[in-house]
Amino acid sequence: MNPSPQKIEDLSLTSEFADGESLTVEQAIANLQGVDLGLRFYAAWWLGRFRVCEPAAVRGLIRALEDEADRTPEGGYPLRRNAVRALGKIGDGQAVVPLIACLDCSDYYVREAAAQSLEMLGDVVCISALGKLLKAGLEGEHLKSKQPDLSQPYDAILEALGRLKATEYIPLVKPFLEHPIEVVQYAAARAMYQLTQEPSYAQRLVQALAGDKLQLRRAVLADLGAIGYLPAAEAISETLAENSLKLISLKGLLEHQVNHTTASSLSEGAIKVMNLMDSLL
Amino acid sequence: MNNNDLAQILIRAVEEADSSERLLDAVQELAAAGIEESVPTLIAALGYNNPGAAVAAVDGLIAIGEPAVGPLLKLIDDYNYGARAWAVRALAGIGDLRALDTLLEAAKTDFSLSVRRAAARGLGTLRWYQLPSEKVESVQTQVIDALLLISEDPEWVVRYAAVTSLETLVKAMPAAVNNAITLPDGASRITHRLEQMLDTDADLGVRTRVKFAQQKIQQQQHQEVFALKTKQEQPEVPHRGGGRR
Repeated sequence: MNPSPQKIEDLSLTSEFADGESLTVEQAIANLQGVDLGLRFYAAWWLGRFRVCEPAAVRGLIRALEDEADRTPEGGYPLRRNAVRALGKIGDGQAVVPLIACLDCSDYYVREAAAQSLEMLGDVVCISALGKLLKAGLEGEHLKSKQPDLSQPYDAILEALGRLKATEYIPLVKPFLEHPIEVVQYAAARAMYQLTQEPSYAQRLVQALAGDKLQLRRAVLADLGAIGYLPAAEAISETLAENSLKLISLKGLLEHQVNHTTASSLSEGAIKVMNLMDSLL
Repeated sequence: MNNNDLAQILIRAVEEADSSERLLDAVQELAAAGIEESVPTLIAALGYNNPGAAVAAVDGLIAIGEPAVGPLLKLIDDYNYGARAWAVRALAGIGDLRALDTLLEAAKTDFSLSVRRAAARGLGTLRWYQLPSEKVESVQTQVIDALLLISEDPEWVVRYAAVTSLETLVKAMPAAVNNAITLPDGASRITHRLEQMLDTDADLGVRTRVKFAQQKIQQQQHQEVFALKTKQEQPEVPHRGGGRR
């Protein structure tokens, strides 16, 4: 329900454009194994975009996780990346184990997408595999001294651990608050808030909304929406970023309010958030 | 220094800004001056891919109001959807009825969800008083038809915007105070659609906004009925503090 980077991608990119070539479900599934690598790549994206949850689609996409045909000059696996992302969106539990295997892929972007998709699937079975990947950046309970370490998609891993409520990993998440890359720090703050409910971590995100890089403010908007941190509402509405992203972020706060109040009437917090949202339309 | 000189100085500052921060400051100052001459420059600032500057420019254009409408409609950028969304937002914020066709078209058919969202919002905040009273009903019917259609948009945020406008429209209509049961046709179509959305909309955020709209509509109706009743039932009887003992 909460905004995730994937949803923001949907909203700000794919949905802004007409949906390219139109396919049928059968065609897309068949194209996954066609000879044309371009059509395979497109079919994998398409199946995810339209959340085609048919067994044949899921099977085809899982098979594509082991593709060897489609390679970039650097050794990346474009089809695998798209298949991983699609499986996260489709949300079939059969994908969990194959996606965990993708956390060991040599392609960084496959690993990153796998962490994001596992977060979306929400199965705690992946926690120890994610934790293992996180440890690559640590020596004991400290960040590795040779920094900045960009070898693993730490932000995606941290976000997944936070969402999956992996409280046993708090000591390993915490050091990443000091990571030299800001998005990684924010991912750690977001995860720490989810794992501890300690407002100081969320406040760190609120402060980041005043930072001077647009790209980072956008990332933080997604983070605050994902954790539904109500005291951030005004700061979200005032930060310098696109209204679309602020609205998604505030919707995260609104839904969090609704989901966490038992009363059938609207809470004060929900009304406040809606008034802010109205002003951003 | 007259307005024209000031405008030239502030406009030059926008044109010469060499960092996104300076651009933001310059646009904010120009917008705050609220000078008609600045309209083309503010419109241009909608297309700089600098959201801060765009917000300031939209606010400036809204503050300038009606004189900005003609240039906005003429200069509306057909190529850059980001800029078009801001321009539609400015038109929506001004609420001038000359923008009606642009807003209707944008809300129904624009491929960019930010444009559809801004236009849907604008349809609820038009300045109805600009219309001769005999025309209000037919134009409102046209707007309601469009909003009911937009309330089925595939994007949650467009449906959300449509709900806010359905709410303001039903509140703008003369309430049936004489008989609280019979609402005007348009109003009952709106309240019916809101009930439907509360039951069927896929998005929790949209459903919550529907609830809020229903609550506000009800409050207003109660107030109006109450105001009427108190008028009818309590004819002015001069009290001299009699009830205060």
